[in-house]
Amino acid sequence: MSKIKAENVNVYYGSKQALFDVSIDIAEKEVTALIGPSGCGKSTFLRCLNRMNDVIEICRVEGSIKMDNLELNSRKLDVVRLRENVGMVFQKPNPFPKTIYENVAYGPTIHGIAQSKEEMDQIVETSLKKAALWNEVKDRLDEIGTGLSGGQQQRLCIARAISVSPEVILMDEPCSALDPIATAQIEELIDDLKKEVTIVIVTHSMSQAARVSQKTGFFHLGKLIEFGPTDKIFKNPDNQQTQDYITGRFG
Amino acid sequence: MNLILVTFIILLAFTSYYFGRKKALVIQSSQRLTALPKFYGYYLAAWCAAPALIIFVLWSVFEPSIVKTFILQDYTDQNLTKNELQLIYTKVKALAVGTYTGNITNFLDESANKYIQLKGIANSAKVAIILAILIFSLSFAYRSVQKNDRMREPVEIFLKWVLFVASLGAVLVTIGIIFSLLFEAIRFFQAVKIFDFIFGTHWYPAKTFVRDGQPDPELMKDAFGAVPLFAGTFFIAFIAMCVAIPIGLLSGIYLSEYAGRGVRKYAKPIIEILAGIPTVVYGFFAALTVGPFVKEIGNAMGLEVSSESALAAGAVMGVMIIPFISSLSDDVITAVPQNLRDGSYAMGATKSETVKKVIFPAALPGIVGSILLAVSRAVGETMIVVMASGLAANLTMNPLESTSTITAQIVVILIGDQQFGDPKTQSAFALGISLFIVTLFLNVIALSVVKRYREKYE
Ligand SMILES: Nc1ncnc2c1ncn2[C@@H]1O[C@H](COP(=O)(O)OP(=O)(O)OP(=O)(O)O)[C@@H](O)[C@H]1O
Ligand SMILES: [Mg+2]
Repeated sequence: MSKIKAENVNVYYGSKQALFDVSIDIAEKEVTALIGPSGCGKSTFLRCLNRMNDVIEICRVEGSIKMDNLELNSRKLDVVRLRENVGMVFQKPNPFPKTIYENVAYGPTIHGIAQSKEEMDQIVETSLKKAALWNEVKDRLDEIGTGLSGGQQQRLCIARAISVSPEVILMDEPCSALDPIATAQIEELIDDLKKEVTIVIVTHSMSQAARVSQKTGFFHLGKLIEFGPTDKIFKNPDNQQTQDYITGRFG
Repeated sequence: MNLILVTFIILLAFTSYYFGRKKALVIQSSQRLTALPKFYGYYLAAWCAAPALIIFVLWSVFEPSIVKTFILQDYTDQNLTKNELQLIYTKVKALAVGTYTGNITNFLDESANKYIQLKGIANSAKVAIILAILIFSLSFAYRSVQKNDRMREPVEIFLKWVLFVASLGAVLVTIGIIFSLLFEAIRFFQAVKIFDFIFGTHWYPAKTFVRDGQPDPELMKDAFGAVPLFAGTFFIAFIAMCVAIPIGLLSGIYLSEYAGRGVRKYAKPIIEILAGIPTVVYGFFAALTVGPFVKEIGNAMGLEVSSESALAAGAVMGVMIIPFISSLSDDVITAVPQNLRDGSYAMGATKSETVKKVIFPAALPGIVGSILLAVSRAVGETMIVVMASGLAANLTMNPLESTSTITAQIVVILIGDQQFGDPKTQSAFALGISLFIVTLFLNVIALSVVKRYREKYE
């Protein structure tokens, strides 16, 4: 079933166009990987899905992006609600300079999700468990989040994102700052999460896309060149450019 | 004479620079150069100017005291005190340059002639020696250039020493100031007990504290109690911070987080202009506009307000400090990494929630640092207090009364007639050093807080 349906999305930074007529159907409770050479607009597209492009003054988005038939690219949309439903994990781990507990409790506090201290404790614990971080930090929840290792910080950010039980999680190269072990942990996590959430992940690692995703989209120069089941894209792509990129002949 | 000499040395140095560079080009035609041609020029110029200027400076420093010794030799048999000798020497000098107006004794006349003679000899000797040094060092340097010695290292070493001397000068001046403060303050504390100074609650330095021709410690005790001054200083600084912190901080947050690029481009310089207004201008603004205004409002409300009030001075001082806080906190907030903002927005936080819960706490150490710097600025401010809050050192916590500060009292003490060696004059040094310690303390804390903040994000 389709969760997000983007149609003819064009994005401009000032007068420079970064995305050209991108149309894509993102299926529910699946992992969709976006690949492509640097600067092709993967992050830009990802940021359309939770309206993070609003933060960039010069950025303008055109076209239609529907999530469960709700138009996202509309002035009337409540961005706060949207972002509660669509979480995001960034390339560089960015925990707040607060305690581990406060980091995870941040979203639930803002959205008034927990009614009591016990409920909040429960949310923090579940989120950290889902992010496979609970065992490592359960005795030091009141330590500063920025004091964790890079991989732990990234899992903390994932815990922070899932604390408000979003329906969609966007991940922009979540493993690019991590070592292979931490990467493997996160990939395992993604596998678990997709039972409940829809995940869109940008990655530069072909093998990662092949391992974690069910659908893959290949971007080049701001256009979505090819989109389809991951198996097909990797084994038998229709497009020559896709073929070249995947086999490492350009990019 | 001296001016001509120095100009000559400098001109010669410039000439030798061009000469050295040209010489290098000549050498280049037959050998490989050891450095770029300009280094040959620097080398010659440095050897030309440095030794001659060093000797010149040393000579100028020592010549007067040597001449003085020679002149005063003739007076050693008269059993005079140091002060009397100094007086005689002043007279001799005045006579020699023709500005003396008293009656001229033979002896004085003789000394004056001797002085003129000595000066003449010294001057010719100086010129001769410096010329000799110029010739010697230039020919030495020229020989090296001719031999095509290594040029870059000596020039680098020379530059290192120039920089070293400059910083040494700055450090020595600082140390000198601190020690002269300390020295006079110690003399003050020989007359007034340090305990009475720190804990005494009466400050009337104008009071006579001499009984039977001797300073009376009992009377002095009541004249030099610094508590009212410290209290006044911190009280006025407190009022100032009550004005400056909210306005400065909020405008800093507005500028860094909310203002568009256009607003920021104009608003920031305009706020910073506030920092460029001379404090005297703030002072008469406080004394002539704000003071009477406060008094009028107070009177209308049936309050007793003196026309010089701590409130007026503090409020205007606060306005003066706004740009420090707003500009520094703007910088600190802007320096908070963008990815923290993104993280917060992506969680669905609004702008004000992001500012309150993420950005402000992250920037807090830097903000505290900037506030402490502003406090030390407020504590050291003089002009506004002198003009707007009066000079009477009342011990009061009523913002509508007049009170005085350490800096204002130093002005009071040192304005008009004063005598060195008088406890009243020396008390200014004691106040100065206490103020210095307070601001130093604040600055050290501020800097260490700011530094800790930097480490956290870099
Ligand atoms: N804030 C911005 N302002 C102006 N131009 C931008 C901005 N962000 C991105 N762009 C431009 O938009 C285009 C797409 O950028 P985007 O960040 O989406 O690429 P990407 O595919 O994520 O690349 P990478 O793999 O390197 O992260 C690039 O040409 C880039 O220069
Ligand atoms: Mg990117």
